[in-house]
Order: sequence, then C-alpha cells, then structure tokens
Amino acid sequence: DQVLHIVPETFQQVQHLQLLCSTLMLDLWKPLLPEDIRAGEDLHIRVPAPLVQEVKDSLDQHMISYRVLIPDVQKLVDQSMPRERGSHRQASGGYVYTEYHPMEEIYQWMTQIQKNNSELVTQHFLGKTFENRTMYYLQISQPSNKPKKIIWMDCGIHAREWISPAFCQWFVKEILQNYKSDPKIRRFLQNLDLYVLPVLNIDGYIYSWEEDRLWRKNRSPYENGTCYGTDLNRNFNSSWGSVGVSFNCSSDVFCGSGPESEPETRAVAQFIKSKKSDILCYLTIHSYGQLILTPYGSTTKPPSNNEELMQVAKEAAAALTGKYGTSYRVGSTALILYSNSGSSRDWVHTIGIPLSYTFELRDTGTHGFILPPNQIQPTCEETM
Amino acid sequence: QDIDDVGHKYYLELELEDVLDKGRTVNCTAEVLYHLGSQSTAPEVQVTVQGELSSTEEADKEFYNRIRSLEKELVAENIPDSHGNVPSELEPIHLLAWAASGYVIWQNSTENTKFHLAQVKHMKQVKRSDEDLQFDYVLLLHEMVSQEVIPWELTVLWHPRRGARV
Repeated sequence: DQVLHIVPETFQQVQHLQLLCSTLMLDLWKPLLPEDIRAGEDLHIRVPAPLVQEVKDSLDQHMISYRVLIPDVQKLVDQSMPRERGSHRQASGGYVYTEYHPMEEIYQWMTQIQKNNSELVTQHFLGKTFENRTMYYLQISQPSNKPKKIIWMDCGIHAREWISPAFCQWFVKEILQNYKSDPKIRRFLQNLDLYVLPVLNIDGYIYSWEEDRLWRKNRSPYENGTCYGTDLNRNFNSSWGSVGVSFNCSSDVFCGSGPESEPETRAVAQFIKSKKSDILCYLTIHSYGQLILTPYGSTTKPPSNNEELMQVAKEAAAALTGKYGTSYRVGSTALILYSNSGSSRDWVHTIGIPLSYTFELRDTGTHGFILPPNQIQPTCEETM
Repeated sequence: QDIDDVGHKYYLELELEDVLDKGRTVNCTAEVLYHLGSQSTAPEVQVTVQGELSSTEEADKEFYNRIRSLEKELVAENIPDSHGNVPSELEPIHLLAWAASGYVIWQNSTENTKFHLAQVKHMKQVKRSDEDLQFDYVLLLHEMVSQEVIPWELTVLWHPRRGARV
C-alpha cells in the first residue's frame, strides 16, 4: 500500500480526485472526506497495493502531479510495533517472553503452562484481590515421596515495576524448558519445590496498563473513595507503621489502615505462615535499582544470620555480573537504600524463614520503571 | 567533609558516558556543597571536565532546521510509551527533556532525595519570533525515598549555539 501526496491545482482536478476516491473507495488520510478536497490544499490518500498502478495511471492521464509520501505502509506499521520472531515463539506455544503482557494474557499463560507441563506444574488459588480478582501461584514440583523444602518467589507487588512479572514468567519458562536437558535444574527440583506468584498486585498492575503507567500501590479505596491504594510492601506485619511510611492515603508509601489490612497482603501472609517450616528461601522481585537487599529496612541492627545472608547474596550478585557485567549492590535496605517498615521481606524473616531477599532489577534510573522491552531478555538471563 | 555552620561538602570523581556513543567516556571531578538548614537553596556545584565532549554540531543543526521547518507546532505525549519505546524522530525531544530534568533535579535536591526522570508526560512546541526553539514540557520525576512521582512543568529554550535554558 502506498500513501500519495497531491495538491490539486484546478477545480476539474478536484472533481476527478473526488470521483476517484469514491468509486475506488480509497482511504483518505487528509482531508477525511472527499467533499473537503480543495484546490491548493494538501491531499493524502492511501492506495491499496493492487490499485496503485491504476490510480497512478489515472492521475497521469489527467495531468495531476503527485508524490509518493509513504512507499510501503506495511513496513512502517511493522517498524513501529516490534514483534520478536524466532526461537521465542516456538517454546510454550508461541508466548513471547521478550514483551510485556497484560494481566489477561498472564492468566492465560498460567493455564497454558500448567497444561503443557502437567507432570511438573500445578496452578493454585492463593486468594483474592480487593477488586475480587483471583491470585494464583504456580507450583513447580517433581513428583516424589519425600517431603521437600520450598523456595517462594513473588513478582509484581508494585504495579509499575513491569520487568518484575516479566521476570517471573521468564523464570518459569527457563526452568521448564531446560528441565530435561540441564542436570543442575533436575537436581534442584529433586530436593526443592518452587512456588512462583507471577503478579501479586493484580489490580494495581491492570491499573498501570489502563490508567496510570506509574501507579505503585493496590486499588483499595480510603476516605470514602476519594483516595486509592496501599503500598503493599509497607503493609506487612514487621514493625508496621514505624518508619519510611505515610499514614496519608495519597502517599505512594501509604501503609494501610493496619498491618495486613489489604486482602493481597493477607493472602500471601496466610499462605507463607501455613508453610513456614518448609520455606527455605523467600524472594520478592522489584525494580529498579540493581540491588539485592537483605533484612531489615526498619533498623540497621543486623539479623541473626547476617553473615550467611550476605554471603549468599554476594555470590548471587557476582554470578549476575558475570553474565553481562551488570553490577548489583548487596546489603540491608536500611543501610544502602532507605528506611522502611512493613516490607514482605522483613516480615518473612521475622517469622523464621532464614533466607529472605528483595531483588531490585534493572536499571539504575536511565529508564527506571519504563524499561524498554529489548532489555527484558538480558535482565532475565542475568538474573537467572 | 562537614563544614561547621555551613553544610556538607562532597568530593566526587565521576565518569561520564556518552548516551549516543556508549563506550566513549570522559572523566570529571565535582564538588557539591549542601547548605545546612535551608532546604530551599540548591546545592552548590563545581564541575571540571577532564577531556573533551564530542561535537554535536551537525545533529544540532539538523534538529534545529527540522523543527523550524515544521508547519504545525510539534506535540507529543508519553515519551517513552508504556512499553519503553521512543519513536526515532522524538529521540532529540527525549534527550532535551533529560538534560532539562537534570537542571530541575539539581535545583531541588537535598542529601535525602534521589530523583530520576520517569517519563515525559507531555511536550508542546511553541513557535517563537526569535531564533530559539521553545518546548513546554510536563515531566514526571520519580523520587526514590518517598517513591512519589511528581509532575513538573517546565519551559525549555534551545538554540544550537546557545544551548538549553530552563
């Protein structure tokens, strides 16, 4: 298809062009209606490929000069909407892991993943969000008669951190895709179960797609519906409300009306409490900052197993840097970031889960929350 | 360095990287003085660049001429878009916003803030009778400690030889 630029010179030319447009039903880009075509004014018409020659011949016949404004409309369309082709389409029935997906597609993806990998994956109900949406987590578990320890990972507690749910999906795909071929993964799953919650703050995530890309909190109303959202990562029962929070609903770090006041928080807390003796490691994925954060945020006093926590984190950071040279800093939130209370990572540690980490993925502020899709793959690969 | 009754002074060694030519770096040193008490004065900054910043004369001229020759004033929203994409013709608008945000951030920083440009919410070009180009921006700045996203209105004047003024 081509778009032609014409400036009709005479009234006769205008008439002919009007006839041409209506008989051939051409797509007028400027003006919008044939009756608005005027001599001396710009005319832009999109001509479908099979008609291009016919239209040009007709213009030549009537001595109407034209210029080709867009020689290939499809090429322009394709350029403006990059779609990944190749190997990414083959696995998991064509799901593209190097793009950001809306919640609807993530729900469908979970169903598909379980269907395609039913020996290893089961989808479970965790709870409901404020707007009554269902929270599901995926359990990746090799069938066995011995009880296994659990590693839990949640993504998307903050709506605008899109790279986080993208990572959870990538993670699941990587594990499942390489399970058969990678002995490390097999050995891993022999002794451990992986529980992955791809989007914790579903209402917020949807809101960031539909209304406000930079939304952070959930969508529960306060003050008679004049103000929305609690920061779910200030809502857990760990020194709740003490530091790094606001009691004002309009703040982005509003901690809610009380610890675990939000249904999303309760859904996660309830589950983790019920399994706490089996959970070995808790990971919660955020962006941005390139940090691996250890407890605590509310005090600089180190947790009892700080040495172990730091050692594991440092090794993780080194492995991550080894991939693409991306540097991550490691340390407790209170020391290297800012003070906060009520975070999921801190709460989980206080109830006895030894290894608890917050990952802040790429980048360090250049793109911030709006990380371009071409960084999804390297970010996920290095974080694996 | 704590300077009694004045404030806190920081001595920095920085490496600047060219966004448009990654791998090209220039070293510089800076001194930043945060004044005690007055939260409303910008920190004092002195920078020494060791080396040369590459010339952008050609690209500047091309951009200047392109914008001057537009019939209608340029308007744009959401740079980058939700997915992180920036159309190539808007890249200079994006870079100019970035530079301008640097000025705003400097004027509003304290030892307890950490700002980044999150997104250009809106940009409108305003034609002028003099030689400058004028762009009216609404920028979204993200502040790390409070986690707030703050909209900021600013007007940027730009000219290839005279540079940017906010």
